[in-house]
Amino acid sequence: MKRIFPILGLLTAVFLSYALYLALVVAPTEQTMGDVQRIFYYHVPSAWTAFVLFFINFAASVTYLLRRSAKADIVALVSAEIGVVFCTVVLVTGPIWARPVWGIWWTWDLRLTLTLVLWLIYVSYLVLRKFSTSGQTPQVAAVLAVLGALDVPLVYFSIWFFRTQHPQPVVGGGGSIDPVMLHVLLMNWAAFSCFAALVFWSRYRLETLKREVEETQAVEALLETPRSVR
Amino acid sequence: MSLTRATLVKDLRLEWRSKDAINSMLFFALLVVVIFSFSFDPTAEESRSIAGGLIWVAFLFAAVVALNQTWAREVRNQVLDAYRVSPAPGNSLFLAKATGNFLFVLLLEALMTPLFIVFYNLRALGPAWQLPLVAGLGTWALVVNGTFFAAMSLRTRSREIMLPLLLFPISIPAVLAMVQATTSILTGEYSARFWIVLLAAYDLVFTTGCLLLFDIVLNAE
Repeated sequence: MKRIFPILGLLTAVFLSYALYLALVVAPTEQTMGDVQRIFYYHVPSAWTAFVLFFINFAASVTYLLRRSAKADIVALVSAEIGVVFCTVVLVTGPIWARPVWGIWWTWDLRLTLTLVLWLIYVSYLVLRKFSTSGQTPQVAAVLAVLGALDVPLVYFSIWFFRTQHPQPVVGGGGSIDPVMLHVLLMNWAAFSCFAALVFWSRYRLETLKREVEETQAVEALLETPRSVR
Repeated sequence: MSLTRATLVKDLRLEWRSKDAINSMLFFALLVVVIFSFSFDPTAEESRSIAGGLIWVAFLFAAVVALNQTWAREVRNQVLDAYRVSPAPGNSLFLAKATGNFLFVLLLEALMTPLFIVFYNLRALGPAWQLPLVAGLGTWALVVNGTFFAAMSLRTRSREIMLPLLLFPISIPAVLAMVQATTSILTGEYSARFWIVLLAAYDLVFTTGCLLLFDIVLNAE
């Protein structure tokens, strides 16, 4: 595993650079929005990656509650952490694009609000994990993840109604997309997913090793025999 | 069911004698009302459109004060551990605690509403009979999750600060629904029906979810 990791890392870096080249050079400039539209190739893949990770977190949490496997718990933790990072990228790149195109930084639009609420829920999930006493963390966190997932459709409907009552600002996009643009977008998404998978894998390894070390230390502290020190 | 009643009666009696939760909640909500009132100083017309938000933010903060004390009494003398050892189902305990909190917060609302009317010159232009319905459904939405997360935050360091951090993000749709329903009734501009249905759905989903998951939180080792 140690030998594969640098190779995969290098491949991901090459892929990401190629995707960057595609987004900045190959993709045609958008007619009305101009170059600022290129942020789309980071914004949308990050959003998709974040949502996939949040879904993995939900599935892992349910698995944990059913089977109580430590692996599912680590998967849940790691996917939430990386998901929050990608979701932050989405929430930062969104306003940067919206300001020149819509003329405003932020609006309480359906997708924007849903992303923000998801981000808030998962940040509170990570805070809970950070603050809870170690033995109970997995169970309490899994419960919160399930309740958070129950919240998503309710948030969706509330914002949907909230915003259909009030007029919306100009919403860009919709309709057809240039095939080259679509190709660049999908390549970027693939590159982002590779990157996310790589980080996921290393973080998973790290967390597993951390828990092994903690367990060993706990056992050693219990035994306290002279043989444990070589 | 009898355990639910026993716990509920015990909590109400304790609260009747000490008045810890209700006093701190009342005073806290009063402070929020006064501070909001002079920081915005609205006219009757303006206050109608912002009062829904102010009322519910005040009640939300005040409810957190009460919710934080929900389990403190049970932890102090290891009563909660005794519950866990006993064959009584955890759900009935949860239901009793949630109902207790529901009654406290409803009482608070009943006492604070006249003050709001006085400070903000409120008069409903829409169907006012819907307001108690919104209050009941909204309060249950806050309280059912609040009681659950208060039990959850017992498992953490710095309990008091954990509760709002967990409760507020999940409560966003409920708070939005309460505020919008109240505003629409006060201004009479549009119907509150969708928001009332949403609140009912929220209550249903989270009451079921909390009841199903409470045992895990209660018995987390």
